[in-house]
Amino acid sequence: MSKLLTRRGLLKSGAVGGAGLALPTIFTASSASAFTNEPTGGTVTLGFNVPQSGPYADEGADELRAYELAVEHLNGEGDGGMLNTFSSKALGGNGIMGKKVAYVTGDTQTKSDAARASAKSMIEKDGAIMITGGSSSGVAVAVQGLCQEAGVIFMAGLTHSNDTTGKDKKANGFRHFFNAYMSAAALAPVLEKLYGSDRAAYHLTADYTWGWTQQESIQAATEALGWTTVNNVLTPLAATDFSSYIAPVLNSGADVLVLNHYGGNMVNSLTNAVQFGLREKQVNGKNFEIVVPLYSELMAKGAGQNIKGIVGSQNWDWKLSDEGTAAFVKSFGTKYGFPPSQAAQTCYAQTLLYADAVERAGSFNPCAVGEALAGFEFDGLGNGKTLYRADDHQCFKDVLVVKGAEDPQDEFHLVEIVEVTPVDQVTYDPEHPMFAGGALGECNPGA
Amino acid sequence: MLGIKGKDLTLLGVVAVLALCAPFILNPFPQDSAMAQFNAGYPDLMQRFVIFGIFAVGFNILFGLTGYLSFGHAAFLGVGSYSAVWMFKLLSMNVIPAIILSVIVAGLFALLIGFISLRRSGIYFSILTLAFAQMSFNLAYSVLTPITNGETGLQLSLDDPRVLGTSVSDTGGIPVTNLFGLEMRETTTMYFGDWAFQFSNGYYFCAVLLLVSFYISIRIFRSPFGLMLRAVKSNQTRLNYTGLNTRPYTLAAFVISGMYAGLAGGLLASMDPLAGAERMQWTASGEVVLMTILGGAGTLIGPVLGAGFIKYFENIFSKINDNVLHQWFGGLPEGLENGLVWVAEHFVGSGWHLTLGLLFMLVVTFLPGGLVEGGTRIGRLIRGKTRRADEKSAQSKPAE
Repeated sequence: MSKLLTRRGLLKSGAVGGAGLALPTIFTASSASAFTNEPTGGTVTLGFNVPQSGPYADEGADELRAYELAVEHLNGEGDGGMLNTFSSKALGGNGIMGKKVAYVTGDTQTKSDAARASAKSMIEKDGAIMITGGSSSGVAVAVQGLCQEAGVIFMAGLTHSNDTTGKDKKANGFRHFFNAYMSAAALAPVLEKLYGSDRAAYHLTADYTWGWTQQESIQAATEALGWTTVNNVLTPLAATDFSSYIAPVLNSGADVLVLNHYGGNMVNSLTNAVQFGLREKQVNGKNFEIVVPLYSELMAKGAGQNIKGIVGSQNWDWKLSDEGTAAFVKSFGTKYGFPPSQAAQTCYAQTLLYADAVERAGSFNPCAVGEALAGFEFDGLGNGKTLYRADDHQCFKDVLVVKGAEDPQDEFHLVEIVEVTPVDQVTYDPEHPMFAGGALGECNPGA
Repeated sequence: MLGIKGKDLTLLGVVAVLALCAPFILNPFPQDSAMAQFNAGYPDLMQRFVIFGIFAVGFNILFGLTGYLSFGHAAFLGVGSYSAVWMFKLLSMNVIPAIILSVIVAGLFALLIGFISLRRSGIYFSILTLAFAQMSFNLAYSVLTPITNGETGLQLSLDDPRVLGTSVSDTGGIPVTNLFGLEMRETTTMYFGDWAFQFSNGYYFCAVLLLVSFYISIRIFRSPFGLMLRAVKSNQTRLNYTGLNTRPYTLAAFVISGMYAGLAGGLLASMDPLAGAERMQWTASGEVVLMTILGGAGTLIGPVLGAGFIKYFENIFSKINDNVLHQWFGGLPEGLENGLVWVAEHFVGSGWHLTLGLLFMLVVTFLPGGLVEGGTRIGRLIRGKTRRADEKSAQSKPAE
């Protein structure tokens, strides 16, 4: 106890001394700012909240690389990356509104609780004016809710659930990444072309917000083609062995298996499915097929040989040929020695979009920034022409349908692009039943 | 005073002063200095300090007194959180009903689990509680999804019914948790030269409850009931042979500590209206065991210190990244700087578990009585050998 007492004594005497010196300035400037964490000095702090441990740690590490690159480019270091190809020219490489960009990082651990604690400390302790990141829809929804309450902007990272900009949408939250509905809308025509319109699908679905909306979307889109849905089985996120879920598929009469899994889940379930010989099977006189609606290069790497020929969708791929992608891949590759993942691209784009919106709004006030982002049309960030829709703060852009490469030349070419689905085909009404039930509410500047 | 005296009263006083002055004590460094990284005086972390302090104090009533090591205490915390969030969704945003419900529900749940688990002691008891907690965790993830909202976590929404209150606040958002109108998240910042001290309503609400919990814990420790629990710890077989049925006592201790956990869970939800199943995971149960042992099992103040220690590491060390490290070692030659950063970065950021593990090892090896024993030893060093008479009483303290 005496350790604490001396420490307290020391602090107390320090505080008393300080009080004498600072008496005239005491109780000044208390909550005089117009919004939460108004930047006053020469720097502005952004909060990068990514999973550094847990099942999505690989994605998180790549997101962090992209954020660091974005900060470099905003501060005028490096080669500028997509700042040079971005259609809006408000950013000049001198920080945001002349303030140098600083950042803090945190670990979400892919847990809603930890993610909120980390985001809170960024807001309360480090004075972050914007929070971005997240590699799971559960986390994104939780942190978005927190940012709405605290009065800062949330720029979602990798989150694919319909709910993020559907029933859980918030005025202070913005998503650049695509969503489950868009995946389904882009995949359906390709699936019809490849596998015909008379198929019976069996779904294995990760049991949380993303899995649910993903499965719902794919089921609706494929049933519109004339497919039937044999069964939908929910699997726990923590599962690592899917054998017991795969075995019933064999005798179910289904001829397509849809794996609504992501990350390590997908790697394991796909491996199990291939081990059970599903891909060599003939059902109803047709080849048995496997579909993985949401794909990433990191997952393809994990699944190895098993990924060959499997169809899925992506938000972006480094092999695209537009100049934004080229510029980004070049500066990312120069700095880190390998091409960026789609998670990196969406996080990089989100940071630039935020900085640009502040610049155009002429203020860091979340309400002004939100207004500048809502309905904003841009190009040159790797996805072609893109719209940030005002109704739900979702970006609308082309979606890629991809396939596991049959004969990859190296580990960076595991995925090949089958088709670029134009944006019109994946656009939906803001009141679509899969997205209904939520409201943006009013923007909250805090303070 | 208050039915306690002497050292206990001093201890309660010390805890009270520490809790009330925490915004000052935890913010020793000026805002703009390089050391500001180590400040912990922001509302969210201070709330966590006291909430997990309550959790550990409750756990200590079971583990410290009876020696029954529960590995499933996080289940009660989780149940408390879910109850509180449901209260916010259905009844009102006032924290009082939410906390009352979470304590009651956690107590009932503890009664059920305790009734079954306490048929065994030792490692079998630990395994049983662990099994129950893991079961609750898995249920929350799967079958109970309608109640718990699964992996996404239970959150408030704009269409909650909220019988005694409004579904939507005046500004169109979700109303915030309050104590009869006093908003929990409201924070007043006091500037003091270069220092900024944050006083949060939520924190002081938690701090008052910590004091109440701490006081109750002192009373239990000093009561005949506490003495009986200690007797269970030292030799339960002998107690049984004297014709005493110990189970009602251990069950009571189990339920009380479950209620403490429920209170902590309810408070967590009151500060931030969200409940996730991961609060019930076995790692969370293990954490409270670590807190108690690190601080000093069986001592009154130990668990609170342990909780603060672990939460400090989790929140402060995990946020030091290589960028910060480069700033610290910036003055050194390039090669040396990179080398030091390479070594250090494994111990901070996502590697904070490693640092905590090392410290835990050191504490358990060299200070079996936890941080409290460390404090006592330092105290003895300062006082010197002139007061040898006092040594004996000081020494016996951690063993209580």
